[in-house]
Amino acid sequence: MEREEALSALREVAVEVLSVDGASVQEDARFKEDLDADSLDLVELVMGLEERFDISVPEEDLDGVATVGQAVDLVMAKVAAKA
Amino acid sequence: MKQDYLDHRGRPRVAVTGLGVKTPAGTDVDGFWSTIRAGKGMARTITIFDPSGLPVRIAGEVRDYDPVEYFGPKEVRRQDRVTHLGFGAAADALADAGELAADPARCAVIAATGVGGLTTLEENCKIYFERGASRVSPFFVPMMMPNATAGVISMSFGWTGPAFCVSTACAAGANAIGEGVRLIRDHSADVVIAGGTEAFTSITVAAFARMGALSASHNDDPEHASRPFDADRDGFVIAEGAAFLLLESLERARTRGARVYGEVTGYGRNSDAYHITAPSPGGAGAATCMQLALEDAGLTPGDIGHVNAHGTSTPLNDAAESEALRKVFDDAVPPVTSSKGVLGHMIGGAGAAEAVIALLSIRDGVVPPTANLERVGDDIGLDVVAGEARHIGSRPALSNSFGFGGHNATLVLTASA
Repeated sequence: MEREEALSALREVAVEVLSVDGASVQEDARFKEDLDADSLDLVELVMGLEERFDISVPEEDLDGVATVGQAVDLVMAKVAAKA
Repeated sequence: MKQDYLDHRGRPRVAVTGLGVKTPAGTDVDGFWSTIRAGKGMARTITIFDPSGLPVRIAGEVRDYDPVEYFGPKEVRRQDRVTHLGFGAAADALADAGELAADPARCAVIAATGVGGLTTLEENCKIYFERGASRVSPFFVPMMMPNATAGVISMSFGWTGPAFCVSTACAAGANAIGEGVRLIRDHSADVVIAGGTEAFTSITVAAFARMGALSASHNDDPEHASRPFDADRDGFVIAEGAAFLLLESLERARTRGARVYGEVTGYGRNSDAYHITAPSPGGAGAATCMQLALEDAGLTPGDIGHVNAHGTSTPLNDAAESEALRKVFDDAVPPVTSSKGVLGHMIGGAGAAEAVIALLSIRDGVVPPTANLERVGDDIGLDVVAGEARHIGSRPALSNSFGFGGHNATLVLTASA
């Protein structure tokens, strides 16, 4: 899967779950500071990504994920591991 | 404190200076009051969910309300319908009260509900059993918990005084107001927002229908289903909705030049200790509760100008409440009305909506009619107002609310001289 495809999917989920402007969902955007997402928002965001990509992201894998780019890394790794 | 601002027991008199409603009869106070005065049933075929598999397919729904206007697009998804309705009514009551200039630490919230976030509960139970633990919403608990509305109001208003939920089924809205009055009287708070809210789901309708509590014969004629005190009443009509009142001491209200709708002068509450759903024989618990409220207000039965009854439209409640009223008023019962003919039964929101109605009735000197009352039941023996609103002047009103669990709550509302 291309990185752009993963980012675009994450953007769609973020727009729905976080009610943010799609343009603000960039690689360097920080969930907490830039997208006003608390820990519960992140859990819901990840649930959306799990559905979208048919992957499973355990709670502990979210440690250290603070930016959109890091979340894209995580999603791509999970999708690759599935293949 | 000046003597004028103290009641017969030397406690601060408590004024109502703000009202807010989100109900099947309207989502602003003026529209709500004119629908109530018109006395037409607002029950309709259910649209919130597909009711086709249910034995009862009618309810009172809150139309023309967009909670996004109150919460914004993100937060609205983080709150249950019960909080959408409750917060909207509370925010309206706050705005209605004008500039409070209050210390936030001295401001309190009491938000009643019968159950809480049932919609969230129902959805997530389905998800959990069908798709497993990993699909349960992280917002399940904060959306479903019965105190969610109290928490959201306190956070949004920035009020750091006590905030809590009263849950006494159909008596809850009245209990919230009564307990709010006590917070002012005992100087625990300067300002209290108090009221109740409820939302229903398909399983709620299924369950009340299984109990035989709902009107089951009007699926094709919903507006005539809720008929309190009528000979042909056959159960209540479930409704969603919320109402909140802004309470403060009369002294505070007068000092800041607030508009005063009236005062809550009496509060009684007790328990039947008899049966989990049926009222005690002869309405004994309800009668005692009304007497407690009158004593609290320093009034006698003869002082009361009208009664806003619990009047659910179930055969059992209306007969027991009538008997209790005849006992308390020694067969000289003043005119009685039940707002549930129009609204249906808003459960935890009902007592608060009816307190709003009683206050507006006193303000305008009229008793609104009981919708759908065509022939008073033989077991009633009361002067129930029907057809047109009746002009009686601004005398004190008594408002009853009784809940499953045997909880009784009565408020006395009085014009502010």
